Amino acid sequence: MGFKDYCFRKSLWVFHFGGASCNNCDIEILDCLTPRHDLERFGILLVGSIRHADVLLVNGSINRRDRDRLLELYRQAPKPILVVAIGACGCTGGIFAEGNTFAGPVDKIIPVDAYIPGCPPKPEAIIAGIVKLAGKK
Amino acid sequence: MAVYLFYFLIFPGLLFMAVAGALLSWYDRKITARVQFRKGPPLLQPFYDFFKLLLVKESILPKHGSRSVFLIAPLLGVFGAAMAGLFILLPLFDIETGFRGDIIVIFYLLTLPSFSYIIGSLASGNPLAAVGASREMKLIISYELTFLLVVAAVIMKSGQQFDMNSIIETQQTGRPFIGSISGVLLFVAGVFCIQAKLALVPFDMPEAETELASGIYIEYSGPPYAMIKLAKYIMFFILPAFLVAILLNGMNPGINIIWFILKILGVVLLLTLIRNTNPRLKIKQASGFFLIWMNLLVVVAIVLIAFGL
Repeated sequence: MGFKDYCFRKSLWVFHFGGASCNNCDIEILDCLTPRHDLERFGILLVGSIRHADVLLVNGSINRRDRDRLLELYRQAPKPILVVAIGACGCTGGIFAEGNTFAGPVDKIIPVDAYIPGCPPKPEAIIAGIVKLAGKK
Repeated sequence: MAVYLFYFLIFPGLLFMAVAGALLSWYDRKITARVQFRKGPPLLQPFYDFFKLLLVKESILPKHGSRSVFLIAPLLGVFGAAMAGLFILLPLFDIETGFRGDIIVIFYLLTLPSFSYIIGSLASGNPLAAVGASREMKLIISYELTFLLVVAAVIMKSGQQFDMNSIIETQQTGRPFIGSISGVLLFVAGVFCIQAKLALVPFDMPEAETELASGIYIEYSGPPYAMIKLAKYIMFFILPAFLVAILLNGMNPGINIIWFILKILGVVLLLTLIRNTNPRLKIKQASGFFLIWMNLLVVVAIVLIAFGL
């Protein structure tokens, strides 16, 4: 592991993309950033612009409209970017997998680096996933 | 010639100011975290952020808009901040005496980073960046007069001396300017001006993360964004240093360096606490705050100085 990788892993800035989510995963993601769990101690910040992002968090079932937006976001993100699929809907489609508007789980649209299953996953599970992601390579 | 390059690039120039500013920025984030009962980032976090942006990330250029201006603007910001810092720190550390009127030059150079952000964000062609840039312009118009009045009042208080070195010497032979009523008023106005110059929370409408998604910086990624971070780190060190120099006695040699560091940390602590205990103002409220109340405060201070208080 070189100096560049080390800096990258120590400072992951997160952009949050919510698909057609039921909002449970959103709440749990925000919970990670609150004082109780405090992801800033790993250098993780929530950013508002995809241009600053190192991690693209995707949650919720991706329907046909979200699909184009997700692709566009992925195209606009400065590389290298890590993609994390959160929750049952992001990983597999969950209960929406057979739905009419469902456009495939996240990994059918863009390459995914980490899956965090759960409906919704606990903040502890999200932190565990992020730490494993930071230790990857 | 070589010695001036050393001054500009290493000490007390770019490298020293960047390291000091990065450590201060960590201090700011750590205090913020402690105020919110969090643990906060590790000590080297600003360096990780900077080197990640500089070495790892790619830079995306805007499709609509002027690419060369977009790329040159952050360099202009770093140059302005480093140059202003040089003119502040050389007399402050007693390395060179500076020249007559350098406080005016410092005043102009300190606005250069803000202007470079405006130029860069307008060159990106992003509507949110344009909104941020127009807010930054209004903010500059609001606080710049107050800042100029503070500088003028300090010049008046030191007996019409127009250079940093004599202002610091006047305080060191006499007593620091903050030890009088007018000095306290000037310090209050100066702290608010610095808060607005750094775009910290009550005055962070240009970035406004929640509504404009970091506004003027929205299109920047990779190395240009690293340059903006660098300019921000430098500004985070030199503006408190400037305030310490013109109002709080500057720096005495020897063991008193610790006292100087404590003064800088104290000013930054004040900025951080203001930032953490206030909501964001509307741009109109900020203009009113500076154009009416802060100007009034400084004018009162100038009248007091005229009476020798």
